This record gives sequence, structure tokens and C-alpha cells, in this order.
Amino acid sequence: MKEIWIIARRELNAFFDSLVAYILLIAFLGFSGYFTWLGGSDIFFRKQADLQVFFSVALWTLFFFIPALTMKQLAEEKKTGTIELLLTKAISDRQVILGKFLACLMLVLIALALTIPYFITISSIGDMDQGATLSGYLGLILMSAAYIAIGLFASSLTNNQIVAFLLALLIGIFFQFLFNVFSSGMTGWMGELISNLSVTKHYESIKRGVIDSKDIVYFLSLTFLGLMFSELVISKRK
Amino acid sequence: MSKSYGLQKAVDDISFHVKPGEIVGFLGPNGAGKTTTMKMITHYLEMDGGDILIGGNSIRKVNMRKHIGYLPENNPLYEDMPVIDYLAFCAGLHGVPKTEIPGRIREMVRLCGLNVEKHKKIGELSKGYRQRVGLAQAMIHHPAVLVLDEPTTGLDPNQIVEIRELIRKLGREKTVILSTHILPEVEATCDRILIINNGKIVADGTAQDLRKQASGRQIIKARIQGGSVQDIFEKLAALPGVASVDLVNADESRFEIESHQGATSNEAVFHACVQNKWVLTELIPIETKLEDIFRDVTLN
Repeated sequence: MKEIWIIARRELNAFFDSLVAYILLIAFLGFSGYFTWLGGSDIFFRKQADLQVFFSVALWTLFFFIPALTMKQLAEEKKTGTIELLLTKAISDRQVILGKFLACLMLVLIALALTIPYFITISSIGDMDQGATLSGYLGLILMSAAYIAIGLFASSLTNNQIVAFLLALLIGIFFQFLFNVFSSGMTGWMGELISNLSVTKHYESIKRGVIDSKDIVYFLSLTFLGLMFSELVISKRK
Repeated sequence: MSKSYGLQKAVDDISFHVKPGEIVGFLGPNGAGKTTTMKMITHYLEMDGGDILIGGNSIRKVNMRKHIGYLPENNPLYEDMPVIDYLAFCAGLHGVPKTEIPGRIREMVRLCGLNVEKHKKIGELSKGYRQRVGLAQAMIHHPAVLVLDEPTTGLDPNQIVEIRELIRKLGREKTVILSTHILPEVEATCDRILIINNGKIVADGTAQDLRKQASGRQIIKARIQGGSVQDIFEKLAALPGVASVDLVNADESRFEIESHQGATSNEAVFHACVQNKWVLTELIPIETKLEDIFRDVTLN
């Protein structure tokens, strides 16, 4: 556990040292803030004291934000050869993957924590459904964990960061968008199955304030699979 | 251990034993399997077959890797980290207790001469200093075994001398396995030489052993004055143990004397000079060059 934390801390420092963290935090807060407070269907227009707009926008911002965090994690290490240093230390491959996963997740948590003022402001100007808001945040965290795991997997497959970024988006777009589209054209168990693979579907249900174990299991399985495949790829070196 | 890439056998069932405190030089032409072997020793690459034991325990156990310090080929480093942070990171991953880390860093900074550069980012360092950082990270957890893959590539002659001295200093208390294709380096630093070619060990021993195996015949250069060249030549050729005599330079009366297989003729030559009242002004044993041995065993 200590080793995982050492790796996570290094990666987190690297995010802040290289400005990646600041750029992404500003972009995330900028987009989600604009649409929550100023954009077309903002909170004043809707006259609803909730964060539903924020949650919808955050889903898409994080969708693009996360591959940018994960793309360098393994691809860059493979390119510069530092992966060799890391994997020959007295740590397991799994600890390396988990450390990097934790670092990305923490940066996302920092981004989400910076939106707590939205929560405070809105709950002070109206009667807010706090349960739905908290479960919305939980949904964002779970969905981020899943996309981080997918991003790490994409990063483990290549030593080119751009390829890792695009690959993560490509895999992600299926979960984010395409499975919904596919399933709408299908009926029966196939349609049911594919629609259940969609991140958006499970996220929407959590966002509404319904914490169903089915949704939680879905996100955790996706995260677990992503991490497991990343570890598999990394441990299979030639 | 063995390792294949597709059909090509990179390392073909090699086996060797290294004693504690020994400095072993791993020699071989490019592509002979040196780096692959080192990567297997450090468990970066999985072996196809075989095992690597340190004190009887397999390196496959994660915990055993604490006993190895590794400087990979080309010395990859996190360019964006300051030297001190990087060393602390490496020490932490090897399980050095937190309270001991500052002391270890001080020790490594002193040992590797990093004091001036310790607060810089690694990316800003010159090649020589980067190499020292690489060595420092390899040693920070006090491993029993050091595996160094071409530790002096790309360094200038002064830096090479410094790094070699550092390795020799370390070799007193650690087992060092280093690979190189620079032959004088092995002679200068190593107790023992392993030559690998096409994935097989083709020679194993001290530089002295290898010379004996390779040449067998001793050659000495001698300059003998105080007699007629003809007379000296004939008498030398008649000495027991001498296989042939070659007159190199008649004016300076220089000879090259080759002994029979396994025999030495230094003493016989000396006594002959004394008997005949010649003046022996030079007597130089010619050693077979390591280059020749290397060429011998790696070119089939």
C-alpha cells in the first residue's frame, strides 16, 4: 500500500509540475462553470436549485479530461524506458498500475472538490435535493474511475501518448455514446444487453438520486477490467 | 536461463555463478544477448526457462528484488524530477524506511559526487552527472548485487575513469555484474570476465585465465647486446623451451622469442645472457591482447 502511495504521489506531483493539472482544472471548471451558471439552460433559466446541468456537462468534460491524464501514464514510461526502472523495483506490476490509477483519480477528486462552492451557493439560494446531488457526485467519481482504468489500458498498449489518448477516446465513445445508439435500434435481449453496457445509462440513473447496486457493480467491474487488462499488458513484456 | 524472441534464441540456456564481492564483466558483440541477460537478472523480462537465485531465493519473488540495484542500458531517468526527490522516490519503492531515507540520500550524494547538482532537475544535468544519478538510484537501498548495463557509454575519458573508480570502490562490498563492449574497461574494473556470443557463454575466467586459454604460447621481446647478432640468435634458438626466435631488428639487436606450448623461457634467456656475458637491456613479455581473445571466441 505504501508503494502505491509513493507512485501516486510522484505522478500527482508530475501533473502539477508540468502544468497539466492546472490546464485541465481550469478547463474543467471553466466549462462546467459556464454551463452551470451562464450558458443557455443555466440554473437561473431553469429556476431549479439543483446541479443537474453541472452533472451533465461534467460527464462530457471528464470524458475528454481523463484520457489527457492517463495518456502519458504508461506510454511515456515505455517510450523513455523508465518503465524498466519502475518494474525492476521491489514492487509488483499491480502496484504500479494502482499507483497511477490513484494519482489520476485524485486529480479528478481535486477537480470535483473545487466545485463544492457551486453546491454551497445553490443550496443557499434554494431548496436543494442534497441526496440527488451527493449521488450525482458519486456517479461522477465512479464514472471517472471507469474511464481512468480504460485510459490506463489504452496507455499500456502503446508508447505513443497521442495514440493512447485517441485510443482511450475511441474505447470511451462506445461506452459514452455508441452503445446507447446501437441499443436504440435493437430489440430483445441483445438491445437490453448493449444498453446495459452504456456508461451514460448507469450514470443517468445514479444522477437522478437512485443508488442502485446494479449501477455500482457496473462501474466497479468496468474499472476492475480496465486495471486488470492494463496489468496483463504490462506484465507481458515480450 | 533461456530467452527467445520468436524463433531467434537471444539467450540459449546459459548458467553461471557469481561469488559475493566479485566484479564480473559481461562481454560480447552487439546483439549477443548481454542486455537480455541483464534484463532477466533484474526480472524486467520474464525468462522462458530457468531461474535466477540470489542466496538460494528466486528473483521471481517481488521481495527479492530489493537485493538488486539496476542501472539499465541508456540510463532512463525521470527528467522532470529533482535529483533528491528522485532518489527518495527510488528508496521508497525499495522499501527503505522513511526515517532512513535522508541519510541514504546524503550518503549517495557524497559517494557519487552529486553535491553541486543535487537540487537540479535531472533533465538539466550533463550526461556524466546523469550517469552518477543512475548509479546512485541503483545503490540507494544497499543492494547486495549491482547490475550495470554499459555504465560508461557516452562519457568522456575523465568521466569514464571516475565511474570506473566508483564501481571498483563499490565492488569491495558488493557483487557487481556489468556489461560492456569496451575491452580495456573490463580489464580495468573486473575480477572475472564472461564472454557471451549468440546467446551462449563462450569464455569464462580472469583476464589471465583467458589469455592462457587463448594463446598458450608465451612471447617475449628481448634486446640483447654485447655479442654478435648471429651468435646470440643461434644460442637463443638452442635454449630448451624456446620454439622459435625471430630477429626483429639487427641494428638494435632485438629479438622475439616464442616459447613452446605451456613453457616459459624468461629464465633460460636470462641465464644464457649471464653465461655468455651479454647485456640484457630489455625483456618484455608480450601478453595476448584481450581484443584478440575476444575476436577468437566470438568469430566462428
